[in-house]
Amino acid sequence: MTQAFTPLLRARHLTKQYGGRNGCRDVSFDLYPGEVLCIVGESGSGKTTLLNTLALRTEADAGALDYVDANGETLDLLTLSEPRRRLLARTEWGFVQQNPRDGLRAGVSAGANIGEPLMAVGARHYGRIRQTAQQWMQRVELDAARIDELPAAFSGGMQQRLQIARNLVTGPRLVFMDEPTAGLDVSVQARLLDLLRTLTTTLHLSVLIVTHDIGVARLLAHRLMVMQGGAVVESGLTDQVLDDPQHPYTQTLVASVLPV
Amino acid sequence: MNAPDTFDTMLVSHETQAAEGYNFAYLDEQTKRMIRRALLKAVAVPGYQVPFASREMPLPYGWGTGGIQVTAAIIGANDTLKVIDQGSDDTTNAVNIRRFFARTTGVATTRRTSEATIVQTRHRIPETPLDEKQILVYQVPMPEPLYRLEPRVAECRKLHALADYGLISVKLYEDIVQHGSIATTYDYPVTVNGRYLASPSPIPKFDNPKLHMNAALQLFGAGRERRIYAIPPYTPVKSLDFDDHPFEVQRWEHACALCGSRESFLDEMIVDDAGKRMFVCSDSDYCHERRINQDHQENRENAPTRPAGEHA
Repeated sequence: MTQAFTPLLRARHLTKQYGGRNGCRDVSFDLYPGEVLCIVGESGSGKTTLLNTLALRTEADAGALDYVDANGETLDLLTLSEPRRRLLARTEWGFVQQNPRDGLRAGVSAGANIGEPLMAVGARHYGRIRQTAQQWMQRVELDAARIDELPAAFSGGMQQRLQIARNLVTGPRLVFMDEPTAGLDVSVQARLLDLLRTLTTTLHLSVLIVTHDIGVARLLAHRLMVMQGGAVVESGLTDQVLDDPQHPYTQTLVASVLPV
Repeated sequence: MNAPDTFDTMLVSHETQAAEGYNFAYLDEQTKRMIRRALLKAVAVPGYQVPFASREMPLPYGWGTGGIQVTAAIIGANDTLKVIDQGSDDTTNAVNIRRFFARTTGVATTRRTSEATIVQTRHRIPETPLDEKQILVYQVPMPEPLYRLEPRVAECRKLHALADYGLISVKLYEDIVQHGSIATTYDYPVTVNGRYLASPSPIPKFDNPKLHMNAALQLFGAGRERRIYAIPPYTPVKSLDFDDHPFEVQRWEHACALCGSRESFLDEMIVDDAGKRMFVCSDSDYCHERRINQDHQENRENAPTRPAGEHA
């Protein structure tokens, strides 16, 4: 029980700027196991920079970042050695890119794309890798018979689901998602969000989602962080922030959603 | 194949000094020292690609510049050199490199694997087992086994440093998807000494088992890519595979048309315009030796049977 109250990821005064401008600055938050935290904000507000810094894809300028790994050990991520970082990224983390073509290997089949993380952690049985890949294709509602087709043969929404399968196949504990629904049409978006919601609950995933779409946040997130100009201007429970926005920027953001 | 080869050897061996105006084995001593340092490092870390300052050689890249530089760095006046290309001593590349060293060093050359102290090779490992006194020098066009999967050189080096080799399995996986089995038949990736992933140069995978625990020192030189790596004697070398698709070498339904060998690597040759085919050993020396032995045996068998037949 105590485990649930220890944060999985703990950021304090995290800053990453480009030549003293832009980026994100002084971001602090806790992410608990099984929690979905959404980072919303307009474009250029530093959402993606923050996500990349958290996922150790870009080097932070200042601040502290702690992570509790599967063995219960607290790791200082900013000083962690490269091999350990890569191991974490391979085994305990996933990263879903905005553009599925960045997250997938275009030259190899769907099965190989899903199987690659497995092979990277030592799977050496072709039949079992393939079986797992097929199971995951079904879980993300793709036709398992298309396992040998190249990513380019799938539609945009399917590619995104393929990328999600590839990231979840190793059973990660923490998944970073950078605008997973951007660039998809609304009906596909809805299905993808539905899928994500099911997966995060059944797999008890902690998820950090970056989005500019309030709808995504409303549907998926437990908690919300609103960013503007590189700083977090407001944070709290999703419903609380969206129903009773305090900061002027959040108020405009919520008000700007077109009523259907 | 061409007669001048032996003529040159004779000519040079008459002189105590190698070809005039050139240092022993063509390269200057500083260069050889630099290559030897790289070689020592390569032997110390089996399978690790050591960068070296590859020199311009008097032949184009892809013709064996890496192998030649390694050979030039290790060859001494008492060595006996054998050069093969696709297993044969008689191909253009082999003849020219052999002649090059005969001229620039004056060392003895041979076509017999068992007599050679250094064997420079392209595309094959000799069928005759090598011993501890021999060195096998490979000409390598592309030393990086991850090249086709990860184009960034810096990233490749990182993957090697961290032994992060999941990527290469993706290639084997795709092979099975597309062809039903691992279709890589040459330059089949190996793990050296349980650590570094290495390319065995474009030898057929038929030869991969010979890399494993070989008694000879195996040196790999890539001239264009400026890398040297090595497999020291008696080093375990494992060809990558899947548990349910194990590594296996190709087999032929035919025997060598000349020597009758069923164990060696066979070349398929089309011998006339009607498309008639013939399978022969690719290792010319192995085939030759076998035929000589068979002749001897036949003579020995024939000699006693003839008088016996007369008596009866």
